[in-house]
Amino acid sequence: MRKHSHPISAFFSPFISKSDSVSAIMLKVILALIPGIALYVWYFGPAILVSITLASITALATEAAMLKLRNRPIAPFLKDNSALLTAWLLALSIPPLAPWWLIVVGTAFCIAVAKHLYGGLGNNPFNPAMIGYAVLIVSFPVQMTQWISPQGMGGFELSFMQQLQYIFSGILPDGIKLDAITMATPLDTLKTQLHLAHPVSEILTQPIFGQLAGHGSEMVAGGFMIGGLYLLATRIISWHLPVAYLGTLFAIAGIFHLVDPAHYVEPLFHWFSGAAMLGAFFILTDPISSPTTHKGKLIFAAGAGLITYLIRVYGAFPDGMAFSTLLMNICVPLIDAYTQPKVFGKKEKQA
Amino acid sequence: MEVSRFRADTREAVTDNMTTPYKFHGGVHPPANKAQSTRTAIAQMPLPAKLVIPFHQHVGNTAKPLVVAGDHVLKGQLIGLPEDGISSAIHASTSGTITEIGMQVVAHASGLPDLCATLVPDGKDEWIQREGINFRTSLNADVRQVLRLAGVVGLGGGVFPSDMKLRVGKHKVKTLVINGAECEPYITCDDMLMRERAGEIVKGAEIMRWALEADRILIGIEDNKPEAIASMQLAAAASNDDIRVVAVPTIYPGGGAKQLIRVLTGIEVAAGVRSTDKGVQCFNVATAQSIYRAVAFGEPLVSRIVTVTGNVQRAQNLEVLIGTPVSDVVAYAGALPDTDSYIMGGPMMGLPLPNAGVSIVKAANCIIAASPKLFPPAPPAMPCIRCTRCAEVCPAELQPQDLYWFAKSKEFGKAQEYNLFDCIECGACSYVCPSSIPLVQYYRFAKSEIWAREADKTSSDAARERFEFRESRIEREKQEKAEKLAAKEKAAAEAKLQAAKLAAEQAAASPDATMPAISTPAVAPPANDAQAKIQAAIEHAKLQAAAVKPKNTEQLTPQQLAEIADIELRRARIQELAGTDVETKE
Ligand code: SF4
Ligand code: SF4
Repeated sequence: MRKHSHPISAFFSPFISKSDSVSAIMLKVILALIPGIALYVWYFGPAILVSITLASITALATEAAMLKLRNRPIAPFLKDNSALLTAWLLALSIPPLAPWWLIVVGTAFCIAVAKHLYGGLGNNPFNPAMIGYAVLIVSFPVQMTQWISPQGMGGFELSFMQQLQYIFSGILPDGIKLDAITMATPLDTLKTQLHLAHPVSEILTQPIFGQLAGHGSEMVAGGFMIGGLYLLATRIISWHLPVAYLGTLFAIAGIFHLVDPAHYVEPLFHWFSGAAMLGAFFILTDPISSPTTHKGKLIFAAGAGLITYLIRVYGAFPDGMAFSTLLMNICVPLIDAYTQPKVFGKKEKQA
Repeated sequence: MEVSRFRADTREAVTDNMTTPYKFHGGVHPPANKAQSTRTAIAQMPLPAKLVIPFHQHVGNTAKPLVVAGDHVLKGQLIGLPEDGISSAIHASTSGTITEIGMQVVAHASGLPDLCATLVPDGKDEWIQREGINFRTSLNADVRQVLRLAGVVGLGGGVFPSDMKLRVGKHKVKTLVINGAECEPYITCDDMLMRERAGEIVKGAEIMRWALEADRILIGIEDNKPEAIASMQLAAAASNDDIRVVAVPTIYPGGGAKQLIRVLTGIEVAAGVRSTDKGVQCFNVATAQSIYRAVAFGEPLVSRIVTVTGNVQRAQNLEVLIGTPVSDVVAYAGALPDTDSYIMGGPMMGLPLPNAGVSIVKAANCIIAASPKLFPPAPPAMPCIRCTRCAEVCPAELQPQDLYWFAKSKEFGKAQEYNLFDCIECGACSYVCPSSIPLVQYYRFAKSEIWAREADKTSSDAARERFEFRESRIEREKQEKAEKLAAKEKAAAEAKLQAAKLAAEQAAASPDATMPAISTPAVAPPANDAQAKIQAAIEHAKLQAAAVKPKNTEQLTPQQLAEIADIELRRARIQELAGTDVETKE
């Protein structure tokens, strides 16, 4: 007989399981980021790959160190791919040309503090990548807003070696100023221009804007949407979060736009600018920090959509994805507690 | 759905409403693995060298042994008498000699011994005299008594005494559901029974419909069993009852009574609610067949169809005598050399057997020979990532991830608030959990802890009551003595009268008088032929019982011990679980 078929045993029903693992799920989510990343490289050059690599290495090293400190087995958790996913999401949220230490510090903070100090995988109430982003934007606002211009838009285009040199040593080729290679994001530009009392229709004619939102960045957002649809199709994420988030964002932006098109851009602009698409499909959908009930997911994502819009339009920060996610993360236990569905046989309609 | 293929039948009642609009939430689609064991017809398992027949094979009280070592018994002879309330009879599965009545390891989760009779067959397989009754001219109570004495219990695995389920309650039972869904992977005994003995199942269903005074019969069969559906439809067409054979979608746990009732009728029976209160009663197909054999032929339940499958050369269905050692059964099917354990039941809800020496009991619908290759051990559990895959598949519509959290942190009150007791332990949540958390184990642990606490509470309540009662009695007696004394001194002449009065008072207040009367079943005079027969059987059994020296105390203690040990084992197991859990390993 099998050793563990002793009464005190690890051999119990069910004896079979679906071959799905945390690491496989996380890996699929990571893979779903690839279309967006490919377009990122296409429009903005390969610098993003450098930050993803830096973030990945830092995440794994921090994860291993924290597991060791917390006296937990290292191998199974390193293999779960959750640290990698956090790293990729953070790397995609910060400027690719940011100095190397920015991504390293940010990633290490995500993993060590936002994840492990809260108890590690499964216990973090906040989305670690968004905590990392929030800490960085508050601590290093200058570096966090130096966004690389899309290829063919800036005054000068760095080669890959020059990008590397800049990331690691902060040295630009002779005679090149930072202004020549970076520019404000579409959301930022919109905000400043609106402050200067230009109407939306005029602002959008600037070359930085493309068909729907920012030139290049709108395509990257589209790439993330494609990845997100793959996640939906493979049922890795449920529809509730992206639909409620994008739906709310669309509705509220639509209302403002209809009322005053000169001051409020079209809803699709909001969908395809900033981190909305990445957020809808990859950030809000982090299962650990989002509600578990269907109703709860709808409330959570709708709240995030609303806050994103308010921050974008009225807030001090250019984008609202991170803060809206974190604010809604706080509400998750409450949302879950108040949205418990009725169980089998105990629904009212049954008399 | 391919049901239209089977519309050969012309009876409207049958072909109508072949599918059902209702669904239940969740469910999973584990690989069926049913083809292996349906290639050959049901075969008769040869007579084993020895049978070990437990006296407790059903829900309720252990049957009271009527035989002693050395007794010669015939096939079908009553050897265990149902005892009080919920219980069922136990019979000799073949003719031979009882060599031992004693404690042996049985197919039970605890792996602890229970009272069994060891029977060495004489090879003649000689039946007792059997005689059926005509149920249509009998009373409901008579039919139920026949079933009770025939040891008929739920053969789907629930082993609840069938006679109890056929009582007519205050709610009218409209629909009788016959469960031929058989949703667990690997198991095909019901499938084969429906293919080969559909007529008997339908006749059994007629008896039940009659007993329950139900309006209609719905037979639910998963649509992955086209042969069984066809065969049952043919049999149903020959009946005068309102019988419909309904192909239900193949999804686990669609064969759970609550799920099947929901799918067939749209009615949801909540936990703690009797299905009869909602006008439905549900029986398994094999139970229906046994009911027919018991009523029509007076044949007690001495054998059942068992699927032998898994790591064996010849997976198949066998008709096995109750008490046959599992080792004989798997040897007959040709267990492969790397077999290292055995599962009774299916891979989703089955029970790992303590060893292959235990015997086939009435609950044993399937024996799966397991090897590490066939059922690789689960990887170490990871933390819950709140992915809610478990909630998506839970047929009870629970939030398994929350229940897990509460069970783990021992917040049992919270677990109950989140409807822990609605969990049917189907294992669908564990099946899909990407973190490989043994969720069901946690729920079983939480349930047993809550039961244990309830039991503690009730027993301490009882103890307190006993104590308070004694205190008050002593107090009263003191008072009475003082009164007596005073009375004596006061009036010696009245003493006689006073004493008599006090004695009367005392008698009324004595503890015996306050004990609830132990109800002795009132035996009505035989009203007809069937009753007379049953009466005779009962009298005979009682005489036999009286001849056996009482074993009650011996029986009770191990049983209680087993329960306590069971809880302890679970506790230990959960601790071990926590140890193998990567998350909590310190
Ligand atoms: S399936 Fe497992 S990991 Fe996912 S929520 Fe349920 S218990 Fe947690
Ligand atoms: S075992 Fe319980 S909690 Fe898990 S799916 Fe089945 S009913 Fe739901």
